[in-house]
Amino acid sequence: MSGMNWRGIWAIYKFEMMRFFRTLLQSFVSPVISTSLYFVVFGTAIGGRIDQVEGVSYGAFIVPGLIMLSVITQAISNASFGIYFPKFIGTIYELLSAPLNFLEIVIGYVGAAATKALFIGVVILLTASFFVEIQILHPLAMVAFLLLTCLSFALLGFILGLWAGNFEQLQLVPLLVVTPLVFLGGSFYSISMLPSAWQTVALFNPVVYLISGFRWAFFGIADVPVGLSLLAIAAFTLLCLGVIWWIFRTGWRLRS
Amino acid sequence: MAMVELRQVRKVYDSGFEALKGVDLAIEKGEILALLGPNGAGKTTLISTVCGLVTPSSGSLTVGGHDVVTAYRAARSLIGLVPQEISLEPFEKVGNAVRLSRGLFGKPRNDALIEEILRRLSLWDKRDTPIRALSGGMKRRVLIAKALSHEPEVLFLDEPTAGVDVELRRDMWEIVADLKARGVTIILTTHYIEEAEAIADRIGVINHGEILLVEEKAGLMKRLGRKELRIELAEPVSAVPEALSGHSLRLEEEGRVLVYDYDTSAERTGLAHLMAELSAAGLSVRDVDTRKSTLEDIFVDLVKQQEGAA
Repeated sequence: MSGMNWRGIWAIYKFEMMRFFRTLLQSFVSPVISTSLYFVVFGTAIGGRIDQVEGVSYGAFIVPGLIMLSVITQAISNASFGIYFPKFIGTIYELLSAPLNFLEIVIGYVGAAATKALFIGVVILLTASFFVEIQILHPLAMVAFLLLTCLSFALLGFILGLWAGNFEQLQLVPLLVVTPLVFLGGSFYSISMLPSAWQTVALFNPVVYLISGFRWAFFGIADVPVGLSLLAIAAFTLLCLGVIWWIFRTGWRLRS
Repeated sequence: MAMVELRQVRKVYDSGFEALKGVDLAIEKGEILALLGPNGAGKTTLISTVCGLVTPSSGSLTVGGHDVVTAYRAARSLIGLVPQEISLEPFEKVGNAVRLSRGLFGKPRNDALIEEILRRLSLWDKRDTPIRALSGGMKRRVLIAKALSHEPEVLFLDEPTAGVDVELRRDMWEIVADLKARGVTIILTTHYIEEAEAIADRIGVINHGEILLVEEKAGLMKRLGRKELRIELAEPVSAVPEALSGHSLRLEEEGRVLVYDYDTSAERTGLAHLMAELSAAGLSVRDVDTRKSTLEDIFVDLVKQQEGAA
C-alpha cells in the first residue's frame, strides 16, 4: 500500500457527518434561533442606542462577530466530541488498529468538524441577512477567513478531545477560556470603543485578530492590520497541527 | 516464514508492571492458535502489541513479514481484531458500523460481501437497527462482523465467547473453521479450555507474561493426558484386596469404587490383567467407567507448577 489511505479518510468523514445529519434539525434550528435572539437583544435593544460603529449600522456591525462566535464554538465542540466519544466508549481501538496515520485521522475528524462549523456559519449569515442589510466588500477574503477559522478551531477542539479525560474536562477549556476570549474579542463592539489601557490588553487576545480580519472582509474596517490577522490565524493553525503531530507520534493519551 | 512472529517482546507499563517478559512466538499461516491463561496473564497485552494498541517496550513483531511498528500500514491491513470489551457506537446502525470498518482499512465498498457477513452472523435483519437496541450477544456479533469486513488474513479473537450463548459460540466455531479453510490465521485467547480443545491446532499457555509452552493440541493431550478407570463394585470393600496389590489402585466412595490411573500412551496399560485378577479375587463388578483428563487439568497443573517454581 502506498500513498494516503483516502478511503479511510472518507470513511471517518462520512461517519462523522452522519452523526451531524442524524441531529440535523437540532444542528440547524438552534443556530437560527440563537442568531435571531442576538439580533433582537443586541440589534434592537442596544442598536437603538448605538446608531453606528465606524460608519456601519450596529446591526450589521455585529454580524461578523456573531458568525465567528458560533463558528468557533461549534468547531471546537464538534471536533472535541468527535474524538473524545470514541475514546470514552472504547471504539477508538478500531481507529488505532487500522492502517491509518495521524494525518489521515486528523483530516477525517477535523474535516468533518470544520464542515459542520462552516455549515452553521453560512446558516447564520443567511439568517442575519433577513434582519439587516449586509455588504461583503472582500468576498474571497471573507471565505478564506471563515475556512481558516473553522479549520484552526476544529484542530484546537481535536486536541482538547484527545486531552480530555472526562466530560468535565471536555467542557472546561471551551467554557473557561474560549467563550470569554470570543466575547472579549470584539464580537459585539470595536476595540477602539474600549479605554486605551484595555485596548492594549485586548491585543493579547488572539480572537481579536480573527474577528477584526473577518469584519474587514465585510466592511473594510479593522482594529488591527488585516495581514497581521491572516498571519495570526495561520500561525495558530500550524501550532495546533504541530501539537497533534506530537500527540500521535508519542501516543500520548492514545496508546499505552 | 511465520505469519505472525514475536521475538523477545517485552512490555513494561508506565506503572512499572511488566505485562510481557520477553515473549517468543511464531504462528504459521492458516493455523489456529489458542492462547490460554488466567486473568491478567498478559493475553490481551500480547494481542494489543501486535494490533498497534500498545507499543512494545522492546523486541520485534512482524505480521506477514511486515514490522508492526515501522511498516504498520502493511502489517495492520492484514489484521482483524475482535476485542474483549464490547465497544460500539451506540447510535449507529449495524450496517453502517460494519461498512465503516471496511472503509477504515482502505478497502473499496463491497455491499455483497457485507451482506454475506451480516447474514452469516444472523445480523442481516438487524442491519438498520441502532446498535444500542441490540442484546449483548448481538453486539458481540457486530464486533465480529466489523473485524471480518475488511477480509483480514490474520484474525485475533480476544475472549470471543466470554458470556455469550451456546448458539453464538457454535456459530463462531463454524466461522472460525470456514476462515481456516480459506487460509486465515487465527489467534484466540480464552480461559475456556473446552474452546481451545474444540477448535485450536496448537495451544499456547501464558502466565505472568511468559509463554509456558506452545504445542500441538493432540500431542499435548497425549503427552500429558491420563485416563482413569473407575470400577464400581457390587459390594463395598474396606481395603484394596491383597491379591490386587500389584496394581496401583485406590479406594473411593466408602469402598464402593476402585480407581485405576493409567497412561494411555503406555505400551501396556495392564487393563486386561487387572480385570482378570479382579474376578479371581472374587470381586463382582457392577459397572465400569473411564475418565480422560481434559486440557483443563493439564492447564491447571502447568500453572500450578510455574507458581510452585516461583
